[in-house]
Amino acid sequence: MKQVSKTILAAVTAVCLLLSATGVTRAADSTSPIVIPIHNWSSQVVMAYVIGGIFESIGNNVEYVSADSQAVYESIRNGDVTISHEVWQSTFGKSFYNAMAKGGVIDAGTHEATTLEEMGVPTWVVEKGLCPGLPNWEALKDCHANFTTPDSGGKGRWLEGPQSWHGDLMPERLAALGLSDKWVVKFAGGADALWAELASAKKEGRGTVIFNWTPNFTDADGFTFIEFPEYFEGCRKADGGDGKCGSPKGWLKKAANYKFPKTHPRAYTAFSQLSFTTEQIGQMAALVDIDKMDHKEAGTKWLADNENVWKPWIEAGM
Amino acid sequence: MDAILQNRKLQFVLLLIIFILLCVIVAPSDTNILWRLPPLIQGLPVAINDSVEYLMSDWFPIDVYDPEIEDYEQKPLLKEVTRAVSNSILFLINLVREILLGGVKTIVTFTSWDWATENPWARWPALPWTVVASGAAILGYALNGPRLALLAGVAFVYIAVFGQWEPSMETLSFVLIAAPVSVLLGLALGVWAYKSRAVEMVLNPILNVAQTMPHFSYLVPVTVFFGIGDHAGAIATVIFATPPMVRLTLLGLKKVSPEVIEAGMMNGCTERQLLYRVQIPSARRDILIGVNQVIMQCLAMTVIASFIGAKGLGHNLLLALNQLRIGQALELGICIVLIAVVLDRMSLAWANKQTDYFADLSFVERHKFSLLFLAVFITGIVLAYFGTFFFKEGLNYLYLIPHNKGITTEWFWQAGVDWVWDTFFYVLKDFNEWLIKSVLLPIKSAYLNMPVVATFALTMGIAYILAGARSALIVGAFLLFIALTEWWDRALITAYLMTVGVVVSTVIGVIVGSLCARNDYATKFMLTVCDTLQTFPSFIYLIPVIMLFGITDTSVLFAVVVYATIPATRYTIEGLRSVPPNLHEAGSMSGVNRLQRWLTIELPLALPHMMLGVNQTVVFALFMVIIAAMIGTDDLGQLILKSLSDRHGVGNGLTLGLCVAFIGLAIDQVIRTWAGERKKALGIG
Repeated sequence: MKQVSKTILAAVTAVCLLLSATGVTRAADSTSPIVIPIHNWSSQVVMAYVIGGIFESIGNNVEYVSADSQAVYESIRNGDVTISHEVWQSTFGKSFYNAMAKGGVIDAGTHEATTLEEMGVPTWVVEKGLCPGLPNWEALKDCHANFTTPDSGGKGRWLEGPQSWHGDLMPERLAALGLSDKWVVKFAGGADALWAELASAKKEGRGTVIFNWTPNFTDADGFTFIEFPEYFEGCRKADGGDGKCGSPKGWLKKAANYKFPKTHPRAYTAFSQLSFTTEQIGQMAALVDIDKMDHKEAGTKWLADNENVWKPWIEAGM
Repeated sequence: MDAILQNRKLQFVLLLIIFILLCVIVAPSDTNILWRLPPLIQGLPVAINDSVEYLMSDWFPIDVYDPEIEDYEQKPLLKEVTRAVSNSILFLINLVREILLGGVKTIVTFTSWDWATENPWARWPALPWTVVASGAAILGYALNGPRLALLAGVAFVYIAVFGQWEPSMETLSFVLIAAPVSVLLGLALGVWAYKSRAVEMVLNPILNVAQTMPHFSYLVPVTVFFGIGDHAGAIATVIFATPPMVRLTLLGLKKVSPEVIEAGMMNGCTERQLLYRVQIPSARRDILIGVNQVIMQCLAMTVIASFIGAKGLGHNLLLALNQLRIGQALELGICIVLIAVVLDRMSLAWANKQTDYFADLSFVERHKFSLLFLAVFITGIVLAYFGTFFFKEGLNYLYLIPHNKGITTEWFWQAGVDWVWDTFFYVLKDFNEWLIKSVLLPIKSAYLNMPVVATFALTMGIAYILAGARSALIVGAFLLFIALTEWWDRALITAYLMTVGVVVSTVIGVIVGSLCARNDYATKFMLTVCDTLQTFPSFIYLIPVIMLFGITDTSVLFAVVVYATIPATRYTIEGLRSVPPNLHEAGSMSGVNRLQRWLTIELPLALPHMMLGVNQTVVFALFMVIIAAMIGTDDLGQLILKSLSDRHGVGNGLTLGLCVAFIGLAIDQVIRTWAGERKKALGIG
C-alpha cells in the first residue's frame, strides 16, 4: 500500500514538474516540425526553402512535404501541413476560401507582390503584328484567324488554364464581350501544358492566346497581358455582374493552420511579417530557371544574399 | 427466326439496323427521356461527401489532450484510428529511409522533438552510397550469381553517378515498404478468398473496381482519411498494387492439382503446413507473377503518389517537367525503371532460391556474404571518412553525391527532343490537322449524337450476342449508373477517346506481337520493352507530345496508344507462343503457307488469350485517358482532376472514378465471358 502511494506521489510530482516546465517555456516555440508544402513551380519551391531557412535560423525544426497545389488547403485544415506561402488569388483563392469556410485555416497576411493572372500573348506575337492593336482587347475582334487550331472550328483559340482554376469565367467573359462567335476557350490540363504550348508556339512562330500570370519565369521572355475593361467588385457573372471585365490586380496571400500561432508563436510572427515583392519572387525563380541551380541551393543562396531583407522579420518575433 | 438464332453475323446486322433506326428516330431534346436520362443520382457525390465528412469529423468524438495548445480537443475516433495507421506506416518508411540517407525522425519517434533539438549529436548517419551500391551487388550475387550482381551494382552506381541518389533512395524506401505490404496483403486476401467462397464473392467486385478505377479519383479520399505525406502515397500505392496480387494468388491456388494436396494430406500435413509447405509453393509461378506485378505497379505509382506527398523521383520529375526540362525528367525516369528492374529480378531470385538442406558448411562459408558485406561496410565508412578531408565545401562525393551534382546527359536528350521537333514537326502538323478534322472530330460528334436508348441497345445487344443474357443485364446496369449521373456526355467523350485508343493499340500490338512471337530473342526483347514502358512514367512523354501535336485530342491519343499497346503486345506474344508446336507442324504438313497458318491456325487458337489482352488494353487506355486530363481534355478526367480541389472532392472523385471503372467493367464482362466460352470450345486453358 505504501509502495502504491509513493508511486502516486512521484507521478503527481512529475506531472507538476512537467506542467511548470511547459509553463516556463510557454513563450518559446514547440520543437515539433513546421511542415512546409512544396508544389511544382520554381518560385514556390525556392520560397519554401527560404522560409524554411528563416524558421531554422530561429531554432525551429522544419519539414518539407510535396503536395498538390490545390489539395494542399484541405491538408492545412487538417493540420497535416502547417503553412502555405503562395496563395494566388484567382487560381487558389477558391480552394483557400473553401477550406477557410470549413474551419481550420487562417489568413496569415499578404505579400507585397501584386499578381496578375490574365489572358495574354507572348510579346513577339505583338511585335510580329499578328494581332494589331493589342494589348487593348478590342483588337481581338479582328485577328482571330491568326489563332485558329485544327480543333477550334475556325475560331481563334483561347488557351485557358485547367477548369479547376476559374471554372467557366473565361467562356462567360468571351460571351459577355461579344467575342464568342470568333473565339473559343480550350482548357489546358495544367501549367506544364501551358508552358509546352508557349515553347512550341515560339518555335513555330505561330500566334497563341494563353492564360498566364506574373510574377512568373515567362516574364523574362516578354509576355503581354491583354487589357480588358477594368475589374470592379461584382462585375463577374458568378458574382451577379455582366461579366464584361478583366482580372483584378490580385493578392498573394499566406495561409496557416489555426494552431500555428499557438504552437510556434515566434515562427508565426515572423511568417505573418514576412512579405516578398514581385522582384524578389522573380529572383528566386531565376536562380533555378535561368542559373539552373538546385532548388534547395537556390534557397540557401537567396538567404545569404538578402540577409537585410529577412532579418528584420525575425526580430519582430523576438 | 431460327436463322437469326443460329447466325451471329445476322444478329449483328439486325442489331446495327435497330441502332441506326433509334439514332434517326429519337429527337435530341433535354426533356426526351430516350435522348438523355434524367440525372437521378446527381446527389450521390454530395451524399458520399457528407457521410465521409461526418465520419471523419463528427462521428464518435473522443477527448484527446493536445500538449501543443495545452487543452483537450474533441477529436473524432475514426480520424484518430486512421492517423495511427498513417503514423505507423510513416515510421516504417522513415526507418528505411534513414538507414539509407540518415536523419532524425526515427530517433524522434523514440524520444521527442524536444530531446532531439537539445541533443544535436543524436542524428542517424547515412550509409555511404558506395556501401549501398556494393551491398546491392553482394545481395545480387548471393541470390543469383554474377549476372544479377552486375545488374544491381551498375544500376546503383548509375543512380549515384548521375546525381539522383537522394530522390532515388527516397523512392526506394517508399517502395520497400509499399511493395511488401501489398504482397503480404494480397497473399493473405488471396488465401482467405481461396478458403471461403463467401469472401471470394465479396472480394471480387471490390477488386474489379479497384483495378479499373483511375488512381486520381482516390487520391483525395486517401488524403482525407490518412493525411498527406509519404504514408498517404504508400497507401494509395497499396490500393493500386494489391488487386493483381490477390487475383494471381487465388488463381495459383486454384490451379494446384488435387493430387498434390492429397499427397500432402497423406503425409499428415496440418492445415497450416498444407498451406505453407504444399499449396503456396505449388502455386509459386502465379504468385511470382503477382509479385512482379506489385513491383511494377508500385513504381508506376511513384509520380502519382507524389501528388499527395510522396518524396523522391516522382516529385522531382514533376518539377523538371514544369520547367520543360525533358532531359532531366528522362534521367529520373530511367532511375525509376532501374529500381523496378533490380527489385523485380531480386525478388524473383529470392523466391526461386532453393534451400540446400544437406550442405555441411563451416561458419565462414555459411556467412561469407554477410562477412563480405561487413568488410565493404567498414571500407565504405573509412573511405567516406577520408573523403571529408579530400573534398571541400561540404560535398563529400564518397559519402552522398549531392542532388544534381552528378554527371548529366540532359543536353543530349534535350538535343534529341529538339531534333525530333525540327525534323518531324511540319510533317506531323499536316497529319495532325487531317486526323483531327477528318477522323477524330466526326467520331467524337457521332458519339455525342447517340441517343441514350441507342447506346443501351447497341452495348447490351453486343453483350447478349457475344456473352448471353446475364452479361447483357450486367452491362446494362453499369451503363445505367453512368447514365443517371449528370456526366453522361463526358462519359461518352471518355468512351470515344478510349475506343480510338484501343483500336489503334490493338492493331499495333497484334502486328508487333505476331512478328516478335516467331523468334525467341525477339520475344524476350519485346517483353523487356513492355516491362520498361510499363514502369517508365508516362508523364514524361506528355510534354514532348504536347509540343508536337498541341493541346489536342491527338496528343491525348498518342499518349494513350504508347501506354495501351503494352498489354496488347504482351498478350499477343503469350497467346501465340502458347499454341502447341505440333499444331504448327500439322498445319505445315497440310500445306498451308506462313500467312495461312497465322490466319487459320495460330490466330484462332490464340484469340481467347489475346482478347484478355484487349481487356487489359481497355483498362490501360482508360487510365491514360484520365491521366491525359493533364494535357487538357473535356471528359470525365477533367472533372477527376478538378476534384482534387473541389469542395465535394471526395464524393465527386469517387463517383467519377466509378463511372470510369464501370465503362471498363462493362467491356470486361463481355470479353471475359466470351473468351472463357471460346477457350472451353477450343479445349484450351
